Amino acid sequence: MKIKDIIMDGLFRQNPTLRLVLGVCSTLALTTSAFDSFGMGVAVTFVLVCSNVIVSLLRNVIPDKVRIPAFVLVIATFVTIVQLFLRKYVNALYANFGVFLPLIVVNCIILGRAEGFAFKNKVGLAALDGLFMGLGYTWAMVLIGGVREILGFGTIFGIKLWDFSIGFFASQSGAFFTYGVVIATFVTIWNAIERKQKLKSATAGVKDPATIAEEKEEN
Amino acid sequence: MNILPIILAAVLSNNFVLIQFLGICPFLGVSQKVDSALGMGIAVTFVMVLTCLVTYPIYQFILVPLGLAYLEIIVFIFVIASLVQIVEMVLKKFIPALYSSLGIYLPLITTNCAILGVAELVLTEALVTGLFEAVMYGLFAGVGFTFAIVLLAGLREKLDKLPIAKSLKGFPITMIASCFMAMAFYAFSLI
Repeated sequence: MKIKDIIMDGLFRQNPTLRLVLGVCSTLALTTSAFDSFGMGVAVTFVLVCSNVIVSLLRNVIPDKVRIPAFVLVIATFVTIVQLFLRKYVNALYANFGVFLPLIVVNCIILGRAEGFAFKNKVGLAALDGLFMGLGYTWAMVLIGGVREILGFGTIFGIKLWDFSIGFFASQSGAFFTYGVVIATFVTIWNAIERKQKLKSATAGVKDPATIAEEKEEN
Repeated sequence: MNILPIILAAVLSNNFVLIQFLGICPFLGVSQKVDSALGMGIAVTFVMVLTCLVTYPIYQFILVPLGLAYLEIIVFIFVIASLVQIVEMVLKKFIPALYSSLGIYLPLITTNCAILGVAELVLTEALVTGLFEAVMYGLFAGVGFTFAIVLLAGLREKLDKLPIAKSLKGFPITMIASCFMAMAFYAFSLI
């Protein structure tokens, strides 16, 4: 059950981009195209998995007092690896990421998972958590990037769809707008699904006081 | 002297928050009240100036001559983390009044991407040719950050009193408010 929870948490329940709203800077800046969003998603996923594994392996060695600097050192090392790799092999992405590549170090998702999950769990679970948190970040990035690329440029992953485009969605203000609307839509759909599940379990057994209070609030 | 272009670019046309998307976390997180937004803005500006003052010489006079430029991320994040620690200790010891008003924001600043961002951007910014310009760039990037966060806090204080659809409450409506602010700042970059 634990593994299923980790998968659901990363992809939906605690989706870093849509539910927790962490790592917003790179989300806003790099979602001008679906490909850049995907590239950033993969880079963050790689750093997340590696840092989670190392932090989890060292969790009995690192003293509690200096854990945050230790996490940052681990993360900064892997970001440097990604930076050197992209500069050598995927120069297009390296150029598009610009300053946001070194800024993966201070992406709150990675530090948050190191502190909140990897430091307390076994290596296998930590790696899985990193992978699915990263995938949750990636799919949300590609969704926002896709919407902005289709509306702002009339293309998707660089493939031309039509000649129609709205410059607003490609601009900075379009980033804020699209992100806001996507969060609102996701939260609405997610709450509807949760309410349905609660109703199902409520009809099966006795209602617990928390759900009743929540339903009252909603009404 | 090309100070004026640096000021205009850092505060308006290349505003750190609304145009370059740096420091969005505190921008969204500490903008419920104008007072706390101002406190955060001043703390960020202060650390930004110090960061530029320290990291620019480290990069130009230590890392580049030694051929260690690829270590910049690791070096910068450690310089910033220790800088924030030192500032916190100095303030606590010598200016307790200032510490009690800015102190709570300081630990948050280490992981603020605007600070690492300013350390990285000051190296590539064409207008910056020396240490003085670098410090000015840090100062006015901080002023631009403060400007944006205080404006948003003002908007949010008003928004709290309005009846907003449930699904838009919280982050979504703040994003949409920032969208309109970004539009206004974007207009400066077209001039």
